[in-house]
Amino acid sequence: MVMLHALDRKLLRDLWRLKAQSLAIALVLACGVAIFLTGLGMVRALEATLEDYYSRQNFAHVFASVRRAPLSVVQDVAEIDGVQTVEARVAGWVVLDLPGRAAPASGRVLSLPENGPLLNVPLLVDGRLPDPDAATEVAVTDRFARANGFSLGDRFSAIADGTRLDLQITGTLRSPEFIYTLPPGGLMPDDAGFGIIWMPERAAAATFGLTGAFNDLSVKLRRDARLAEVIDRVDAILAPWGGTGAHDRETQVSHSFIQAELNQLRSMSAVLPPIFFGIAAFLVNMVLGRIVALERAEIGLLKALGYRDSEIALHYLMLAVLVAAIGIGIGWGAGAWLSTGMSRLYARFFDFPWLVQPHDLDVYALAGLIGLISAGVGALRAAWVAARLAPAVAMAPPAPPSFRRGHMDRLARWLRLPQTAMMVLRGILRWPVRAAFTALGLSLGVSILVASNFMLDSLDAVIDTAFFKSNRQHATLVLAQEAGLDAVTDARHLPGVLAVEPQFDLPVTLHHGSRSKKLAITARMPGGDLARTLDVGNRHVPLPEKGIMLSEQLAAHLGVAPGDTVLVELSGTRSGEFHLPVAAVTRQYIGIGAYMQMDALAERLREGPRVTALNLWIDRAHLSELQAALKEMPMLATAVMLTDVRESFQDTISENVRINTVLFITISVLITVGVAYNGARIQLSERARELASLRILGFTRAEVSSILLGETAILALLAQPLGWAIGAWISWAMMAGFDSDLYRIPLVLTPANFANASLITLAAVTAAALLVRRRLDRADLVAVLKTRE
Amino acid sequence: MTRDIDTSATSNGSAETVFRTRGLTKVYGGNGTAEVRALDGVDLDLPEGELVVLLGPSGSGKSTLLNIIGGLDHATSGQAWFRDRELTKMTDRQLTRYRRDHVGFVFQFYNLVASLTARENVALVTDVAADPMDPDEALDLVGLSGRMDHFPAQLSGGEQQRVAIARAIAKRPGVLLCDEPTGALDSKTGTAVLAALEQVNARFGTTTLVITHNAGIRKMAHRVIRFHDGRVAEIEQNAHRVSASEIEW
Repeated sequence: MVMLHALDRKLLRDLWRLKAQSLAIALVLACGVAIFLTGLGMVRALEATLEDYYSRQNFAHVFASVRRAPLSVVQDVAEIDGVQTVEARVAGWVVLDLPGRAAPASGRVLSLPENGPLLNVPLLVDGRLPDPDAATEVAVTDRFARANGFSLGDRFSAIADGTRLDLQITGTLRSPEFIYTLPPGGLMPDDAGFGIIWMPERAAAATFGLTGAFNDLSVKLRRDARLAEVIDRVDAILAPWGGTGAHDRETQVSHSFIQAELNQLRSMSAVLPPIFFGIAAFLVNMVLGRIVALERAEIGLLKALGYRDSEIALHYLMLAVLVAAIGIGIGWGAGAWLSTGMSRLYARFFDFPWLVQPHDLDVYALAGLIGLISAGVGALRAAWVAARLAPAVAMAPPAPPSFRRGHMDRLARWLRLPQTAMMVLRGILRWPVRAAFTALGLSLGVSILVASNFMLDSLDAVIDTAFFKSNRQHATLVLAQEAGLDAVTDARHLPGVLAVEPQFDLPVTLHHGSRSKKLAITARMPGGDLARTLDVGNRHVPLPEKGIMLSEQLAAHLGVAPGDTVLVELSGTRSGEFHLPVAAVTRQYIGIGAYMQMDALAERLREGPRVTALNLWIDRAHLSELQAALKEMPMLATAVMLTDVRESFQDTISENVRINTVLFITISVLITVGVAYNGARIQLSERARELASLRILGFTRAEVSSILLGETAILALLAQPLGWAIGAWISWAMMAGFDSDLYRIPLVLTPANFANASLITLAAVTAAALLVRRRLDRADLVAVLKTRE
Repeated sequence: MTRDIDTSATSNGSAETVFRTRGLTKVYGGNGTAEVRALDGVDLDLPEGELVVLLGPSGSGKSTLLNIIGGLDHATSGQAWFRDRELTKMTDRQLTRYRRDHVGFVFQFYNLVASLTARENVALVTDVAADPMDPDEALDLVGLSGRMDHFPAQLSGGEQQRVAIARAIAKRPGVLLCDEPTGALDSKTGTAVLAALEQVNARFGTTTLVITHNAGIRKMAHRVIRFHDGRVAEIEQNAHRVSASEIEW
């Protein structure tokens, strides 16, 4: 049996006596530890997994697509300085007719080189790769196979440019190119509705009429390569063959989504944990400071008995360390649990072959160390005070805290404030730093809720804008090749189609001065009612008769405003360039865009109107007939059902809403209760005598409680506007952080958001205050007064 | 040994009874722990307007009596009346009301509110009392007219105690209950505090009960009650009272 020293016994008893306060602090600290652990752990796991996966499977650095280039061009690219490996592929879109699925699905066909791929090497999950000589054998993404219940040997149909192919699955794969997969036009992964199909090179080339040619290029660079120069050289080489512009990993869909997730994790683990550690340090400081004040006489006695100053200081530091240890323990547990949950969430959206588990001991140790340091820093002042107390002074009662009269007194007198209000006010002014930190702590609880509510409101606004104001069509048919306006007439004859609006997407590079952007100009008919452009006030704004309309982000990127001129450089099958005036700026949250009237664009190109996509308004009663017809439609690359996109987006978001709401309310309540409860407990301890005196003077319980809780109430109320402001700032920072070419979110801050945040935190403050009030009600008045402070 | 009080023998000869107790008993502990009978069947009648000193060793029951008749504690059995109202039947809420309207307390430790000035500490009471005196007047009575805007930290112990007395009397209480009011003071400041009590009693006729360990103080009382083992051991009346300033410490 271990013999505990008397001082250690005191330590353990103190901890037990302070269990509620200690737990409140420990939980705040635990939040910091858990989020730090999860954030940093997941960042490291994702980074390690990516690096490992990319290097093993030779993930390319540069990607390019081209209309049709002869294979001899590959050698030209390989000779560019800095290029290590080049691989040409055939790629194409197909409509899939899957057994047991009414709606047409989409597929992306990629060719498998005869001797096996060198770059973006897929990983065999099950079965085997298709025989290079077979015409109908394919391998598909593992997720696509599982989502559709396919086994090896199963067959399905693909319609490539109107030709129906009967394909047989020989194996399932996953690829570093498709860790995150978005269906064309989709916003969320759709495993059942979209799959990657690997086809032997010869069969793929035959299917898309590219024998002896390629339309997709991947390039792996040497370490010393200059990325921008290589991209320029590749563009120059491919331009004559209809190159649409090479790009690096940053705009590769899968990679960019993972990077966005990583950025979010990084900012979460950089912003949130310091808040929790800071609050925990403040709470430790406040509570230990009070304990040392209360134990003055004991400290004097211990010193008189011969304990050294360092032993006394260590004693109080150890109390903080014990509280921290509890918090760290809880934080480790919660962090491990959160990490597991996050890994599971990632497994749903990302297709990693393996995930390096984020249970690194050093991350745990680091989180624990930071937790210990926070508590230690918080305890320093109290430990220092305890160490510095001279025994003779310590054993005498402390001088009453000195108050001074100030400007506030004149104001209070003028306001005819009752004495009880003066007590509350002077309490706040006497310890302004403590009051400020308490208000700040409470406001952080508010701001976390404001920021989390903001995300939800903002996504609502995105959905509303993207689907109900802007892209109102039920479906979009993407054509495999450009067509004339007769495609509109054909589509109108499809069953269940009520309205058709054509769209022409033209790949270009927009230039303004030294700035440029590769994208597609979207041209539509004037007066279109399905896909519409919106102004910055989210109101429908018609396409300009002349000139081009740019999305805000694009205009900002190019540094242009209405009235300026941009240079349009054609790419793909067309070449040449012309100038266009910027007519207006439009607002959109998903992607970037440039818009024109169809006739205006056709005139510039000196050709008749062309169509690459059709937006449909559908009679839902005839949906199944339409779906069947689409499976047979020639020239269809893919059919995007926007109603499904909308639903899957909303489903995903509403699930995130649930997780977020629970998580952030928990976090906010822990902070709020931790700060409010400890604040009120210390008030109670400091004011016990005064409050007992007032009770004896005939003040009622309610009156006395109002003094005790008045300070907490005032600080909580002051914390609200501060919390709103901090929350608005965090929201703004999040909005800025999310801003990318893929998507951005609007700054939506509603009164309902602020009200919700305030209601929840004020309820938590009230609960904490009531807990303390219960202690006050139970206090023995006489006993308090008969003791010397 | 308890003796019945001769109620006719009061200072002014015709006063009514302000406190009356019958068989008043307070037992602490029980249920497994050792029982302590702090008050053991006390019968007492105290006339209006007197300055009464309660003497007795620690644990003899004098503070317990003060707490019960001051409405701070409940008796285990027996009855206690304030004028015609039975305190032992009152709820906590009614006792709060009773303290607010009728009782002034002074304790050994002054229990002033540190964040309020002397005047404001008094105003704390006058704000809620039915017929209070002006805080300035109350402080003047205890000789503190020059220190009204000082905070407790800026006052000496004796001054703080006099603020506590001013606070206790400012609502014109029916009774003033003092538990060791000079216990923490030296003789000079203690004398000033006693003089303040004496003046309040003489000027307003406020019945004043003073618990003390200092037997010298008994000389200023109308009546001295000695406690022993939870009972009233002896009651004596002072034929010749001396003023506070003459009391030897």
